[in-house]
Amino acid sequence: MLGFLIRRVIQAVIVILGVVLIVFLLSQLIPGGECKAVLGPKATPSNCVHFNKLNGLNAPLLVQFGRYVKDLVWPFWHPNLGYSYKFNQGVTQVIAERLPKTLVLVGTATAISLLIAIPLGILQVVRRNKPSDYALTGVSFVLYAMPPFLLGTLLIIWFAFDLKWFPVSPPSDASAWAVFSDPRAFVLPLVTLCAITVASFSRYMRSSMMDALTEDYVRTARAKGASNRRVLYGHALRNALIPILTLLGLSLPAIVSGAVITETVFNYPGMGQLTVYAASNSDIPLVLGTTLVATVATVIGSLLADVLYAVADPRIRFGGNR
Amino acid sequence: MTDPAKEFHEDPAYGFDASQTPVPMGFEAISPEEMVPEGGEGQSTGGIGIQILRVFVENRLAVAGLIVIVLMVLFCFVGPMLYHTNQTDQQALLINPNAPGPNVGPGPGRPLGTDGTGFDILGRLMYGGQVSLIVGFASAAVATIVGVAYGALSGYFGSWSDALLMRIVDIGLSIPVLFLLIALVTIFHASETLLIFVIALVSWLIPARLIRGETLSLRTREYVQAVRVMGGGGQRIVGRHIIPNAIGTIVVFATFQVADSILLLAALGFLGFGVPSPQTDWGSMLSAGADAAGNGWWWQIYPAGLCIVLVVVAFNFVGDSLRDALEVRLQRR
Repeated sequence: MLGFLIRRVIQAVIVILGVVLIVFLLSQLIPGGECKAVLGPKATPSNCVHFNKLNGLNAPLLVQFGRYVKDLVWPFWHPNLGYSYKFNQGVTQVIAERLPKTLVLVGTATAISLLIAIPLGILQVVRRNKPSDYALTGVSFVLYAMPPFLLGTLLIIWFAFDLKWFPVSPPSDASAWAVFSDPRAFVLPLVTLCAITVASFSRYMRSSMMDALTEDYVRTARAKGASNRRVLYGHALRNALIPILTLLGLSLPAIVSGAVITETVFNYPGMGQLTVYAASNSDIPLVLGTTLVATVATVIGSLLADVLYAVADPRIRFGGNR
Repeated sequence: MTDPAKEFHEDPAYGFDASQTPVPMGFEAISPEEMVPEGGEGQSTGGIGIQILRVFVENRLAVAGLIVIVLMVLFCFVGPMLYHTNQTDQQALLINPNAPGPNVGPGPGRPLGTDGTGFDILGRLMYGGQVSLIVGFASAAVATIVGVAYGALSGYFGSWSDALLMRIVDIGLSIPVLFLLIALVTIFHASETLLIFVIALVSWLIPARLIRGETLSLRTREYVQAVRVMGGGGQRIVGRHIIPNAIGTIVVFATFQVADSILLLAALGFLGFGVPSPQTDWGSMLSAGADAAGNGWWWQIYPAGLCIVLVVVAFNFVGDSLRDALEVRLQRR
């Protein structure tokens, strides 16, 4: 298991380094360079020469990249992601305010998705080919085809404007925990973000469970006289959950993307909304900063999912090499 | 051998964001015997009636999807020739005394009302649909071509270059798509052409991975070895033998990708990064409607939303059936 984890961590580090490189290269692609982005399109060439000199932008690309990486990792309690010209503040500070809120949203949504999707998938297996199975499959089809921005908009119209059951948007307090002060405001964003993942997770859970039921160990369990219930929950379920963990790790980027839309639709003050705001104000350092932070968070999330996977799968837990 | 679970086994690549899946199982190491089509739809163990129903429904869905796609293309590209509306000149709208004005509900001469500027919504659906469909098709085509070439080369060369090329794909796939899209659009400023390439730029990774997996299994086949023995070069092997044999995977991916590209464009449009005004796309139209959601102007929201969902579902139906038709042959055990 240790070997698996070490390999997985190294892989995550390589991915993060690659993403840092991509983000750095993107920052080099800004038309007119950072100078025009900061000083405005009217900056004269001599202004730019001076600006580049002041900010060390005339150094070779490799040196700049080295400096960029160094600023990111050291001091590690205060990574430097550049300067947000819109907020007139370091990108790190701006993001630090918003990141916890997105983590709360994405974390809660993921947990709820799993809590709904796994029993749903099992239910579909237990009732396979019954009307309820078909009905649930149909619903998941519809949810899968429903883009989150449309679902969110419709939920607002139906449940916030027409029925007035929920507020239109959550409170925009500074604290990440403020969202829990008014849980009702949290319902619609969560439903929006959960809808797609529930649909995909439950479909996957259903097929994963079906697969597990055809395995030899299930036949063995039945042969030794285990009850249907015991076979289902004791043998098949535990093994069917393992691929779900892999799926969870792989779906994280999509969930984080979904959070961008959900946050924008509901005006939820997280990283996604910040990115959209920064982008519409052409604050490129901030956009690149949120991209980097969101990606790193996603990579770490996937890594955690894989650690769980290693813990859950006895073939890895007991030292097997996979 | 029949396998009760396989009947219900859904490809993990479907059912959630298709851009985040591993290479589906069943692509590796398929021996020639397994390649022989079994004929009929004999994968199922259910009663013959259920099987027939299943095939029937599946084909019906595919046909329905295809009809919706054709109708949508006609609606967007032929529609404006029959239903003339001003969709570009805001000045003319303001001057024209016969124009209904902004935010007017459906009525005679304007079946779906007008938007916040005063453009006719039905005409705008056609006009915006052109952008959505063109960007959807074009970016799916670019993504597929690039991804296939990349994946085939990676799989064909193998060893360290394969490892390097695939790590690049891993890195790309770990960035949440929308963040990358927003960053790219902010840096390069959106135009219709640019959006095609930006969306393709975030979409070629999955076909690269799929085709690489397929190439790894195809390159060890006897017929590829035979070409090599006869002196055929890499170009010939990849171009004439590997890619044609992977065409099923490629076509299925491309179909799903059109739906995904249309969704990505709609998401960008919704967030305010779509094609620049006065051009529009369905996502931007929906966004404008959503901003005024509290006013009860339903005609600004439902038609655009319906168009997006219809087209996306249609492409998914077609892709699903294509996969069943083209790939089940390979996956059947």
